Amino acid sequence: MKLLPLVLANLRRHRLRTLLTTLGVALATFLFASLRSVVTTLNAGAEVASASRMGVQNATAIVFPLPLSYRERLAAVPGVAAVTWANWFGGLYGDGKTFFAQFAVDPETYLAMYPEISVPPGQKEAFLHERTAALVGKGLMEKVGWRLGQDVTIRGTIYPGDWTFTIRAVYTPTVRAMDDRSFLFHYDYLYERTDHRATPGWYALQLSDPSHAASVAQTIDAMFRNSSAPTKTMTEKAFNQSFVTMWGNVQFLMNSIGMAVVFAILMVTANAMMMTARERTGEVAVLKTIGFTDRTLFGLVMAEASVVTLSGAVLGLGGAKLLYAGTGFNGFGFLPGFDVTPATLALGFGITLLLAVASGIVPALRAARLSIVQALRHVE
Amino acid sequence: MALVELRNVHKSFQRDTQVIEVFENLTLDVAERSFTALMGPSGSGKSTLLNLIAGLDRPTSGTITVAGAKVNAMPPTALAAWRARHIGFVFQSYNLLPVLTAFQNVELPLLLAPLSRKQRDERVRIALGVVGLDDRLQHYPRQLSGGQEQRVAIARAIVSDPTLILLDEPTGQLDKRAAEEVLALLQRLNSELHKTIIIVTHDAHAAEKAKQVLHLEKGVLAA
Repeated sequence: MKLLPLVLANLRRHRLRTLLTTLGVALATFLFASLRSVVTTLNAGAEVASASRMGVQNATAIVFPLPLSYRERLAAVPGVAAVTWANWFGGLYGDGKTFFAQFAVDPETYLAMYPEISVPPGQKEAFLHERTAALVGKGLMEKVGWRLGQDVTIRGTIYPGDWTFTIRAVYTPTVRAMDDRSFLFHYDYLYERTDHRATPGWYALQLSDPSHAASVAQTIDAMFRNSSAPTKTMTEKAFNQSFVTMWGNVQFLMNSIGMAVVFAILMVTANAMMMTARERTGEVAVLKTIGFTDRTLFGLVMAEASVVTLSGAVLGLGGAKLLYAGTGFNGFGFLPGFDVTPATLALGFGITLLLAVASGIVPALRAARLSIVQALRHVE
Repeated sequence: MALVELRNVHKSFQRDTQVIEVFENLTLDVAERSFTALMGPSGSGKSTLLNLIAGLDRPTSGTITVAGAKVNAMPPTALAAWRARHIGFVFQSYNLLPVLTAFQNVELPLLLAPLSRKQRDERVRIALGVVGLDDRLQHYPRQLSGGQEQRVAIARAIVSDPTLILLDEPTGQLDKRAAEEVLALLQRLNSELHKTIIIVTHDAHAAEKAKQVLHLEKGVLAA
């Protein structure tokens, strides 16, 4: 601790360089935390999925719909206790800058299957009994500033036209990983206004026994194998994950970008540390003359690298944690419960420590191994 | 017994394929409380001799004993600790750390000793008082004149009360007046505080201030 003022004084030598290097590390760790949080949030969403629910989608891709007639055939499969369905609406609100997910759902069966969607009883009744009613997440209500009973017009993109709904109910998720910024409305309304063209995007099944999931999936997929819309049936967890992979291999992409950013900043930090060490060759020799040991000088350089990188990590990781928590960021509805987890923070600090070692090790060894006489000859 | 004893010291450098002999069989005794000036032309080996005594460099052969310690045989870590305790070194170009104040520069050797902050503070103030700079504690090197910088460097060299003070051309970059001040200070350190001093210089006037003058020419010492 006695040598800390020396470390700090050295860092103040080139304030701008130190500041820029620290900010570089801060930016890298911020990006790392953000990208990894996308992955962990997606995984968390899949992890909290119910084991007794399954999803049925078009075998080609989830963007292709399934016939409405499948609902009766699915309900008849042994082991299936209940069936509901939903459709991605994909409309725009206002100037289109306020994005939120809209789903056309079969209200009664949908709310029965998803008890995590908590709605006050009076509002639930109002929503169920009005064809143009909407059920809106509490977070979305607060974000947009809507109020109960308000009419909201959404411009359809997949299903063209202006669609006006009346907000009759507000839901609050009982689990953190569920989005509280979605907009749900009656599937019947969509079905009728599109002249029966908007068939379900996917079905959700309630199983009577979760242990029968494999046989149920096998039965359903075999049943529709030779139809015009073959199915792919999977557990809710797998279904949630497949929904995410509509974007491609998100996990690979996020991790690759995160690692590339960290590697780039490693180069920048290492270069800054090398420059700093080179400029101080004479001073290292003086300190050795005074009696500083090789080990102490090694430690001083490593401490400098650590202060720069750890300060950057505190800024970057702490900033990410506070920013996302403070703004309630949810990836425009795609990442409900988005959070920088303690595990991500710990991993971020771990990577930062490796960054400190990797960027400081060469100049630190150089300082430790420096020949006093040769270095003094250089400066005297 | 002499404070510094060099026996049959041989030092050579390898430069590419060429071997440069600096000393052969050099023997020297420096008494405790003495003030010795080491003179000689450039390249005569004055600074090399000072570096060997300070343990900054090692002889090719021979023994160097300072205050009873065999300097040439010490491992690097022990040598560094020994230097911190026994040697005060002053360079021609001051070599103060520009990011530290005069106080912090002088405090540096004390950071290696088991002293409290209060003890360090007291010793630094005393050392800077001895060199007449107790009103410049918080000044950075760039805010001091060359003479003042060299006096801070001397304060740094004496703050841990070393056994031996070595100075390599300490007046080489100073004007006449500043050089006089530094030389007067060295005389005081020797006569009043009984410090053993070895100064390397090519300035005859500076050497006159010493009690003993040795000449080094082509690796050979002469009184």
